[in-house]
Amino acid sequence: MITLIPRQSASTGWQIATPVMAVLATMVTGGLLFALLGHDPVAAIRTIFWDPLFGPAASYSRPQLLIKAAPLILIASGLAIGFRAGIWNIGAEGQYIIGGLTGAAVALALYPLEAWWLFPLMVAAGLAGGWAWGMIPAMLRNWFGASEILVSLMLVYVAQRIAAWMAFGPMRNPDGMGFPGSRNLQQYPSAANPELIAGTGAHWGVVAAAAAVLATWFLMSRHIRGFHIRAAGTAPRAARFAGVRPQTLVAFCLGLSGALAGAAGLFEVAGPAGQVTDKLGVGYGFTAIIVAFLGRLHPVGILLAGLLLALTYIGGELAQLTMSLPAATVQVFQGMLLFFLLGFDVLTRYQIRRRRTA
Amino acid sequence: MRSKQVKDLTKGTELTDMPVFRAKGLGKSYPGVRANDDVSFHVMPGEIHALLGENGAGKSTLVKMIYGLVRPDDGQMWLGDGAHAPSDPRVARTAGVAMVFQHFSLFDALTVAENIALGMENPPPRRELSARITKVSHDFGLPLNPARRIVTLSAGERQRVEIIRCLLQNPRLLIMDEPTSVLTPQEAELLFATLRKLAAAGTAILYISHKLDEIRSHCDRATILRHGKVVDSCDPRAHSARDLAAMMVGGQMRQIDRSGRQPGAVLLEVRALSQPAPNAEGTALKDIALTLRAGEILGIGGVAGNGQEELLAALSGEVRSTPGTVTLEGADLSATGPEPRRVAGLLSAPEDRLGHAAVPDFSLTENTLLTAGSRKSLVRGGLIDHKAARDYALAVIEGFDVRTPGPHVAARALSGGNLQKFVIGREVMQNPRVLVVNQPTWGVDAGAAASVRQSLLDLARQGAGVIVISQDLDELLELSDRFCALNEGRLSPPVPTDGLTLDRIGLMLGGAHGMEEAHL
Amino acid sequence: MIDPLSVFLLLISASTPILFAALGELVVERAGVLNLGVEGMMITGALAGFAAAYASGNPFLGFLVAALAGATISLLFAALTQVFLANQVASGLALTLFGLGLAAMFGKPFEGVKAPAMPIGPLRINWIVWLGLVMVPVVWWFLNRTRRGLILRGVGENHEAAHALGYDVRLTRLAAIAFGGAMAGVGGAFISIATVLQWTEGMTAGAGWIALAIVVFSNWTAPGVLAGAWLFGGVTVLQLRLQAAGVAVPVQLLSMAPYLATIIVLVAISARQKYSRRAGAAAPGSLGTNFHALR
Repeated sequence: MITLIPRQSASTGWQIATPVMAVLATMVTGGLLFALLGHDPVAAIRTIFWDPLFGPAASYSRPQLLIKAAPLILIASGLAIGFRAGIWNIGAEGQYIIGGLTGAAVALALYPLEAWWLFPLMVAAGLAGGWAWGMIPAMLRNWFGASEILVSLMLVYVAQRIAAWMAFGPMRNPDGMGFPGSRNLQQYPSAANPELIAGTGAHWGVVAAAAAVLATWFLMSRHIRGFHIRAAGTAPRAARFAGVRPQTLVAFCLGLSGALAGAAGLFEVAGPAGQVTDKLGVGYGFTAIIVAFLGRLHPVGILLAGLLLALTYIGGELAQLTMSLPAATVQVFQGMLLFFLLGFDVLTRYQIRRRRTA
Repeated sequence: MRSKQVKDLTKGTELTDMPVFRAKGLGKSYPGVRANDDVSFHVMPGEIHALLGENGAGKSTLVKMIYGLVRPDDGQMWLGDGAHAPSDPRVARTAGVAMVFQHFSLFDALTVAENIALGMENPPPRRELSARITKVSHDFGLPLNPARRIVTLSAGERQRVEIIRCLLQNPRLLIMDEPTSVLTPQEAELLFATLRKLAAAGTAILYISHKLDEIRSHCDRATILRHGKVVDSCDPRAHSARDLAAMMVGGQMRQIDRSGRQPGAVLLEVRALSQPAPNAEGTALKDIALTLRAGEILGIGGVAGNGQEELLAALSGEVRSTPGTVTLEGADLSATGPEPRRVAGLLSAPEDRLGHAAVPDFSLTENTLLTAGSRKSLVRGGLIDHKAARDYALAVIEGFDVRTPGPHVAARALSGGNLQKFVIGREVMQNPRVLVVNQPTWGVDAGAAASVRQSLLDLARQGAGVIVISQDLDELLELSDRFCALNEGRLSPPVPTDGLTLDRIGLMLGGAHGMEEAHL
Repeated sequence: MIDPLSVFLLLISASTPILFAALGELVVERAGVLNLGVEGMMITGALAGFAAAYASGNPFLGFLVAALAGATISLLFAALTQVFLANQVASGLALTLFGLGLAAMFGKPFEGVKAPAMPIGPLRINWIVWLGLVMVPVVWWFLNRTRRGLILRGVGENHEAAHALGYDVRLTRLAAIAFGGAMAGVGGAFISIATVLQWTEGMTAGAGWIALAIVVFSNWTAPGVLAGAWLFGGVTVLQLRLQAAGVAVPVQLLSMAPYLATIIVLVAISARQKYSRRAGAAAPGSLGTNFHALR
């Protein structure tokens, strides 16, 4: 019989090893899945994990890596702080959409004005929009005790419908000959979020993601607020004893993660996506949850996990093109990754002992 | 309801010489701990058999093995003439073992009848069970309403539910794990009367406690455990409390030095402090008033759940109160949170070490940041000085003899006594003006308890005011200059501790009429 | 004019998927487990049930397969939380993300085909709707009148105490989770087989999350779940009626109604639970916490 014995403190070695093990297990299981579907498992795994970086079309796909990783890292950095405190914002997708909409609204309202301050203003509006959307579940939890999990998630569906309404209604491009979707912001110089260094895919969102990683690392390891957040997550009563007001923390965590998700949405709308459409939300907000966990809620881990999951996005698209694998393959991979990680995680907290049965 | 007349019934009854329960060579290990080692003893029918030992001596592990919750690594047990090796508690119950737990194994949201049904192997249909609960509980003088939900019951009533649950199964062996820790002295008398009746009917009772006086007056035999081993077996009535304590601890008890304290100016003043109950299980505070002088120790006694945690929260700042209710040296702190109160010099240490006074998963270094950030300059401008925090943790470890490999160790890896020394030390070494502690030696071994108590006395000698909230009346009598009783959220006026007897305290703790007696 | 009876029939039909899923989650939560994977289990059931019904031509076989599929995928969550002691919130989210992906991946071949027709039951009501209505008293009776139901509530209320009394916390929870999975599977299949009559990606559209909210709304009781499901069904029918009537509100805004209604209801009920002076919280005492016993 096998028994689990709690460790005195979480094992650092396993904390680093388990995400790697989860990735490997996902590759093996994914390979089996492909074989089941009648594809060559080795080729499929190589297409997803290798070819985007080093394959024949790598010069096209490499820049995509940063484009896809930036929103994931930006959102996950905020989410991880809340998760540390036991505050579950799972509606980042909605905050992302709203941030994109409010940011774009500024540009569309001022079109065709050209000014240096327009883009910063849009970023501020994106932050504010995401922040406000995140504050709804925060306030409803603080005032009425409503579950922030369910409220933030419901608000994703609401945000999706607002985006659709905007794309078909108020924000529709007046010069678009009746097609849904707003003006293309990439063709509006003051509002565009361009590629900063040609060929890298790096836009302002990438800069913001890097800044977020640094800032959250500083917050969580050097600042007393970060200490309080960690304390509240593992021992809420002790945090209150230290002087933390739970309501303040709820508002801080949901507001911050909402703002970062909103900024990610704005960078996307003004950059790679270019316009407001009803498909504004592409699932970054949900994938970022996986990024946060896979990165162990640690800024550096999130950086690596964000890059890895961005890779699966690109690899998935590549596999869709070259091997006609279903588009949802990536989603399955990401779900499996989280499953394996959560399962292997037992090793960080428990020692596995074999025991004779009585 | 104080019925001592049944006390001597066992002496007259003719009982067989066959023990109800025997254990031989029982042993159990956990990682890093030998919880029980070669434990042998037996319990006779009709006997109230005490299992005596310090916290951590292995009493709980031993009875969990008898009840089938823990499987012994080695040794054997017999119940009657049959081997007893229960694979789980249901097997043990079927064999005739019943147990009343220290921390009740009750389900708050369920009714009394449902709770009792869960503790029986083949409960009768609902109506019949309710009728039997009503009848048996009345027969034993412990009336219970089967339809009530547990949340609505007092601690004493909850224990009744546990006891009735056991009685309905007609057990051969009844195990009671520290049953009086949640009872007033009067309620405890009632409990012993019940146990006497049961013993008279032939039930063997295994009674776990560390309270020497009650064991000396109520138990027929005592088996004493130390570090997991049986060190002695004796008739507790033939020994003094001091002897029993020495057997339990394995040496002389350290004497406490109370000398050299002078009451000074008023430091802390609490006036008309009322708070609604924080939740359904909590207690409302009603019109609390107290004053605390420099150099003074004020003891606050009471049975668990009468507002101790709420009072500590109101003083620590975790819960804020209306203006003018809490003042420290003239400054009104009522509306401030824990941090400003610490800056002003009002510090506290809550009862629950793991999860309230300390973060279990954090290192000792990090745990200093919980309360000492401002007073010890471990945090400046929001930035943490990790080096300073580590140094302070080392200073506390050194100053309070905390046994640990170092400040990097997680709080939950420390024993109860060592963590308590760390928590108390963390506050004391900040030189508070006033320190409020709740249950400072609860679940702590005798050595650590003595050093914690001494540190509180030393703190008062240096001119600080100390409030000790405790359910251990001996501790309050030993430490405090004045004593108040906390009862259903009300605080009695203080009485000087000198000349106060346990009986008198019992009356003070016993409710509204007891409060009036306290005025006499 | 609108015939009240036909509106009522629409209402109970619209509420059926949520009713099944919420009844299942009610039992799971009463056992002390918070499974946020309802959405993932529903979509799995929706696809598996549709595929089986399409392949066999028998819708009832579809529902049976949906129940099995829902239960099977719920065991992933069960293994993570009960064996590997993983965080329940994270594991539930993982189940939802995984289920949505899996269904999208295997659902491609079934896009655009039509489900076999459901035979109509008594009173022009679908048999599965009847089954859902019958499950309400059955779940109530199980929880409140049977020994196993009592043990399950005990495990959910205080797993330490249940363990101390000798009950198998893990086994009880595994069974509850599997039941919840089966019910969610049937609920999902009702959407694909009996409502939309075809398979589309992401067709559960948050129904699983609404079911979770309805369990809170119900105060963890079976009759409360029915009331919540009907309330939701009412909002959905109303919203569709308004759309059909051509009200001058954009369709996208009208279709927010179920989600907004869920938030409003959740807030109202949470506020009542928070501020009511009645003794004892309604949520099971051990909800969402894992149990690990050292023996």
